[in-house]
Order: sequence, then structure tokens, then C-alpha cells
Amino acid sequence: MAKARGRGVAAVNYPTGMNLGGDPSQALVHATTTGNFVVSLSSTDLGQGLKTVMQQICAEAIGVPAEMVIIDTADTDTGPHCMGTFASRGTHRIGNAIIMAAKEARQVMMDVAADELEVGAADLETDGKGNIHVKGVPSKSIPVFQVALAAHFKHGKTVSGRGIFMQTRSFPDPETGKMIPATTYAHACTIAEVEVDTETGEVAVLSLKSAYEVGKALNPKMVEQQIVGGAWMGMSHALYETTEPYYPSRAHGPLDFNEYLMPGPGDLPAFEGVILERPSDDGPYGAKGVGEMTANSPIPAIANAIFDAVGVRIDTIPITPERVLRALRAKTLEPEKM
Amino acid sequence: MAKLPVIFTVNGAEAAEFVAADAVLADVLRDKLGLTGTRIGCGQGTCGACTVLLDGEPVLSCLTLAVRANGHAVTTIEGLATGGTLHALQQAFADGFATQCGFCTSGMLVAAKALLDANPDPDRADVVDAISGNICRCTGYEPIINAILAAAADRRGAKSA
Amino acid sequence: MEQVRDFFAAERGKDGKAVGTSLPRSDGLGHVTGQTQFYADRHFPGMLHLRMVRSPHDHARIRSVDTSAAERMPGVVRVITHKDVPANIYTILRLIQVEPNDEPVLAEDKVRFRGEQVVAILAETEAEARAAVAAVKVDYEVLPAVFDVEEALEPGAPLVNEYHGNNWFTYEGHHCRRVRLGDVEKGFAEADHILEERYQSAPIEHAPVETTGCIVVPEANGRLTCYSNTQALFFTLDNAGLILNVPFQKLRLIGGTVGGGFGGKVDVTTEPVAMLGAMLTGRPVKYAYSREEEMQVSSPRAAERIYIKDGVMNDGRIVARKVRVYVDAGAYSRHSPYGTTKAAAHMPGPYTIPNVWIDAHCVYTNRTPSSAMRGFGVTIGDFALEVQMDRIARLLGIDPIALRMKNAYRDGDMKAHGELTKGAALVETMQAAAEVAGWPISAEDAARSSLKAGA
Repeated sequence: MAKARGRGVAAVNYPTGMNLGGDPSQALVHATTTGNFVVSLSSTDLGQGLKTVMQQICAEAIGVPAEMVIIDTADTDTGPHCMGTFASRGTHRIGNAIIMAAKEARQVMMDVAADELEVGAADLETDGKGNIHVKGVPSKSIPVFQVALAAHFKHGKTVSGRGIFMQTRSFPDPETGKMIPATTYAHACTIAEVEVDTETGEVAVLSLKSAYEVGKALNPKMVEQQIVGGAWMGMSHALYETTEPYYPSRAHGPLDFNEYLMPGPGDLPAFEGVILERPSDDGPYGAKGVGEMTANSPIPAIANAIFDAVGVRIDTIPITPERVLRALRAKTLEPEKM
Repeated sequence: MAKLPVIFTVNGAEAAEFVAADAVLADVLRDKLGLTGTRIGCGQGTCGACTVLLDGEPVLSCLTLAVRANGHAVTTIEGLATGGTLHALQQAFADGFATQCGFCTSGMLVAAKALLDANPDPDRADVVDAISGNICRCTGYEPIINAILAAAADRRGAKSA
Repeated sequence: MEQVRDFFAAERGKDGKAVGTSLPRSDGLGHVTGQTQFYADRHFPGMLHLRMVRSPHDHARIRSVDTSAAERMPGVVRVITHKDVPANIYTILRLIQVEPNDEPVLAEDKVRFRGEQVVAILAETEAEARAAVAAVKVDYEVLPAVFDVEEALEPGAPLVNEYHGNNWFTYEGHHCRRVRLGDVEKGFAEADHILEERYQSAPIEHAPVETTGCIVVPEANGRLTCYSNTQALFFTLDNAGLILNVPFQKLRLIGGTVGGGFGGKVDVTTEPVAMLGAMLTGRPVKYAYSREEEMQVSSPRAAERIYIKDGVMNDGRIVARKVRVYVDAGAYSRHSPYGTTKAAAHMPGPYTIPNVWIDAHCVYTNRTPSSAMRGFGVTIGDFALEVQMDRIARLLGIDPIALRMKNAYRDGDMKAHGELTKGAALVETMQAAAEVAGWPISAEDAARSSLKAGA
């Protein structure tokens, strides 16, 4: 019986948005007379925290605290069209649509504030805390809430805006495949350390150490949620999961969680990660989509680490104990292979 | 099928329902009592999302016959906060970003509460053991483990304060 | 998690006030109190439960369907067959002009995968619906089936999907999605080494803790409101509208809070039949996948078989890469034609290679149709590409990170699909990961930058 340790690396990129574009989303923003800004969407939050990120983006674009922003989603009667939440498109497409809508609303808001304060709109700035004041003269100020009331009841103006973002659809050339799949890409690199039990074939992932380039971490803790959750799912793909364990045969397909194996809380590696930012030139505040990429680099990193540990190359996932043992047995019977 | 009476307490309040003999507790809580915080992920007792406490012990409410609750005390996620104040676990999960889609969260918190009620000073292995029956597909478990340990430390600190 | 601010510092603007901060999640308190409302957390008096009769066979002709016994069972309110479906075509890619439509909503004359839906039962309770499902008699004539992607492409293989006429999706007259750059054969001829390997994955399930489902409520004004955990409300609305042959404005989708998606809730599977049930009965209808259905009937990530042939130089440069991808779409297209194009677009990975040939095949077999899953078209490709890179490194005796550095794409480099690289950051990401892991890299690699085009 022996336990062998090894280390492997993988480096990847990931496109943001629906492949080839053509996936628009719209947003509507309006100031209420009760001190909020409402963002109307038909977008879905799968748990990745879309509602929170959109709240932050709208707040930034208007210049108010995030607490003033309400995200209202999803009802197809009241929210404008959204293609959906998939392809790591949410932050990028919907975020950009919200910025466009928020800018329009902000312009009206600043114009009304300018009227109220009797200055030019260009002389004003938002403090990000719920007020608008003259640049350099913070005492000459008016709360955003007051501006919204004045706009509605006094000036007869709508502090609201409309936004849409679409990456123009690209059509691949049938012969050469010349196409524009995406306009912005995130990056990841993972180094996995594993321990392989040569008697049972079991692989324990000791650590995953990674770097992620995300354009802009709009909410760093939520980016971390995707990183840690994605790393777990990647490990699960590499070593455990499939609905067809004897693919291409459909035999013995798992029917429930007893049979569909995934790592549990006792199987977790030590995790270390860092975040880099190379702003996307068309992402909201430079952000790129990250929700999918985070599951990808751990998978080959683990496979490569297994080779480093025991010298067997398993090019089929999931890398089950059975596959490891068969490969080890074959290795002892055959000359050194790559 | 004739209906049977079930009289029990839920989160300290008395409940009385007529249920089919084969009705499960999860459905009675959700459909009859409107306590939809208890989630159903599999209906087969393999995911833990439906975890509630029966006389303080964690049970899978999708596999627990409702009549079993007769004369007993049930605690659901709705019963963790007291008088508008979140339980330390709930606060720790929220502060620690230990929840994403939220579907496993109710069951996780109830299982964690059972742990801390029985063992106020768990180590990591104790926490792992306590939540081993709860599947999470989003977080990768690490933030959940950390939140439970943080809540335990918080409660110990509050006690000694 | 630490943010490494040295990289690309000149390109980053000033910090924001609301963005760049870890604002507590707006749904956090709802989640921890159990107050977050998912689609099923609503109560509608008179709600019916829908359960589906499904094919037990991988491939079979339907000779007859006898629902008479099921119709008489206690609690059964309505039985729905393909005859009741106004436009019995599952149209998922038609909305983005990718055709043909190749899947029925309810099977008519054939079933093409084990689990395919045939007859819907609407009953007062779940238990009564399940009992009635068991009472439906379907007479099947079992047909030969094919399960292997390359076997499916052989002449004489059982034909899975008559809509296509063959077992592959046709891309503008071609049997695969093609990407061509340079001349790979010339590259191979000039290479110091050739490395040809095969990679394989099996289907993978999203397995969210909340299964796919919806509740449809007929409104007094004749409209239908559908509470759904779909990831794409309008996608769902439009598809359902086409299937039901009703004006789109009659339908309303409410959702937005989903208990895990991962791409498993974009297929528009439960809503059309549930809506039809609500229309036919005038009562609310719930159709939720059981865990077993979620596991084996809902679409998984496609299994992929990938062959990579590389021509490499002794100094580590990859001068030619030829990739054949076989995406196992299962019995029907769903999103696979799109995903296969995405797989082709992702090749040959984030590396600058002067000669590239990609053939990406979307292949039909007699299994549960595959569809989108986290990393659609990319995840398995990355597994193949990055194990291949490790093999090259070992073959040449070069450090695995050094090899990637040598080939990493940089701004201005030409990509295989004809675009110039911009916003590259692979080099810096590897530098940062090496630092975190204590993996030594050369001074040359530590000094590299994505901002200069590669030699």
C-alpha cells in the first residue's frame, strides 16, 4: 500500500456571453417618490447573486448608495425582455443595460437638482450617500429623495431611464469558421495537489491553488463564492460525477443522490486563490462573466496531478478509483507510456 | 382514506390538522401550515433540504409520517429566530456569504442548530459530521463550515460576556 | 480572497463606491430565515398534479397507446396525448433561427430515448397521478439503438432522428462545424514531434437541490400565469406560445428566484405541457420533476469525445493542432448545435498556434438529450486541451507552466477563428497562480506580458 502525491497545472480562458452574441437584455430604471430607485428586469438569479450585483451597478451608475436600489425581477408583464441567465452573460449584458438606463435617469435627476439648487448641472456631483451637492461646496446640497419628489410633483419630469445591451450577432463562415464568439474573456489557472492511494485507487485532492482574472470584481465576496463553489464542482466532475458510469452504455445510471456521487464536506481540499483584474473594454465597470469558468481549470489540473503522482494518464472523466486501479495495473504490465 | 388528527407544536405554537395516514410531515408543514421555509429537494431522504427538528433531533421531514409528530414538538427554519432576532447561525451564514441559491440553507441551519444545541464547542470534524446529510450544490461547503464554527464561537463568547 | 493589484494597474480606473465592495447579498436574510420564495412555495386551491408516462425503451416505435384504464382511475381529471398538443414541436432553437425542429413535446409514433415523455396524467394528488401513469398501456416495438458517437456516424447505424435524416446536425451543408487556419498538414510535416491523443467524458447532471418545475394558473381574463424556475423567462414564454399556438401576450411568466440552475433549467421542459393542462382543465397545474426524472430524464452535460493531434517543436512551440470533437447530443438537438459551435470557437485553447483545424460534430444517439451545463461547450474541451498540454510538456521535458507560457496568446495574436486577441491575461494569471502555489518559474516567464504579441 502506498500513497503518492503529485501536482498538476491547468490554464484556461472563458468567453463572456452567449456564443456569437445576439443575446440582448433590457432594463428599466425609475426613481420612486418613496426614496428608492427600482430596476425592472425579467432576469433570473440562480443563486449566483445577480440581484445583488445589479443593485450595486445601478447604485454606482446613478451615484446613490446600494441600499436605495431595489431590483424587481422577474415578471414578463412588468420587466422588459431578457434573454436569460446562462453563458456567464448576466453581469455583462444586464449590467450594461442597467448602466445605460441608470445614466438616463441620472441625467434627469441632475437636471432637476440643478434647477432646485439654481446652478448648472455640470457643477453638481453625487456623494454616493444619497445627496447631490455643488462640486467643492458640500454644504450646498439636496437629498436625492427630495429631487425625486420635486421632479414628480413640481417639475413634471420622470427620473427614469431605459437601457439595452446587445452584442451584435456573428454568423460563422461555413468553410473557415471565421466568427466573433465573444468580445471579452476571463482567465483562470489552477494548481492541484493530490494524494493517490495505489491500493484503493482513491484520489484525495489536498489543495487547489488558483488565480482568476475576472475583469473587475464587482462584489469580491460573491466572486469568491463562484470561485470556491466552482472549484468544488470541478473536483466533483473530475473524480465523481456522471449519469452514465459505463458510458456509452446506459447501464447502472444513478437515480438519486445515493448513487450520484459528489464530494461531501469531509472531502474538501485546502483552497487558496487570488483575483486579478484586466478590465474588459465592454464590461460594466470592466467586469467579465465568471460563473462558469471557475469549475473548469481544476478538472485537468487534478488529472495532471494524478499523472505526476503515480505516472498513469487517465484521459477519461470521471477519474474513478476503478479507472486509477486499472491504469496502475496496465502500467505494471506495459512499457512506460505518456 | 380516512384522515387522522395530528396535534403537535410547531416552533412553540400549537397546531392541529387532519392528515392522511400516509401524509409526510414536510407536506403538512408546507401545504397546510404555510411554513414553506422547509424545502423538498428529493422526497427520498437523500438531500437533507427538508431537515426539521422533532423534539430537538434532526429528522428528514419528507420521510417522516405526519402522524409521527402527534404529541411532539417540531422546530422548522421559521423557529430559529427568536423575537425578531436572528439565531447566531443565521447571522453567521448571512455575514459569511454561506448561502447562494438558498435552497439547502434551511436544512443546513436546522442541522447546525441541532449540533450547537448538543455541542456548543464543536471542532471542524463535528461540523462536517453534522452536515454530512445536507447536500449543497452551490457553495462548496467551506463557507458553511466556517459560518457554523463562527456562530459557535460567537455564542460561546456571548455566554461568557 | 486577495486581489493582486500589480497586474494591469495602468488599465484599471479608480475604485467605485458601490461596485468593488462586498455588499451583503440582498437575498441573504431571506435565505437564512426560509422566507425566500421559490416557485413551489405558493398554494393554489384546486391545483392538479401532473405526472408523465415515459418510454422504458432506448428506441422504439409506438404501435398504440391505451389510456382508458388510466382515465377511469380515482382522482384523474385529464389525460393528455400528442393529439392534444396544438403544435407538437419542441422549438427551442427556432427562436434563434437554428433549425430543423426535431423533437416532439409528446411522442407521436416513436420514442428515441429512455425517459422520453409520451402521455401526461393530471390528477388531484401526486399519488393518484403516479398510480394512473402505471395504468397507461403503451405498445412498443423495440428498435435497434445506437449509443456510441462514432458508431452513430457509420453508414448503417440505426437512424436516431428522422428529422435530420442522419445522425448528425448539418452545419450549412457540412457534417460538422469547421474552423480552419493556415495549413495543419504543412505544420505537421515541419514539426519535431507529433502527439495524437483521445479524451472522453460521460454525461454529467446539474443536480440542483431544487428540481425543475412550474405551476401554471389560469387567470379569469383568459391568460395563463406560469410560476417557474426557468433560467430564461422569455425563452420559455416564446417556446410555450409556439407550442400552444396562442398569442404570446396571453402568457405571463413569473420567476427570477431559482434553487440552483447550472444550465439545467433552460430547456423549457415542464412549462408547455403544464400550460396545456391548465388550458384544458381550467385549473392550476403543477409539473415538477422528481429527483429520478431530474437525474436521468432532464438533459445532462453532453458526453464528448475529443481527438487532438499536435505538431510540436523541440523548443515547445505548438505549430499545428488538429482537433476532432464529437458532442453526444443524445436523441434530440436541444441546444447542442449551438454548444458544438461554441466548442469549436473555444479551440484550440488560449494559445497562439499558426495552423489549426477543428471539426466539431453534433451527433445523435439514443440517450437522454444533452444540453447546456455550466461551461457549455468549454469544460470538457478544457479537460482535453490541458491534459494534452501536460503530455506535450512531458514529451519535450519542459516545465508544464513554461510550455504554456511559450504558447500563451497575447494581445494582437491571430486566433483560429480569425479574430485578433485582445484583453489577454493568461500569462499574468499563470504568474499569479505559480506564486500562490510556490511553483518556481523562470525569470523569462516571470517577465512575460500579455501586452506584447508573441514571437
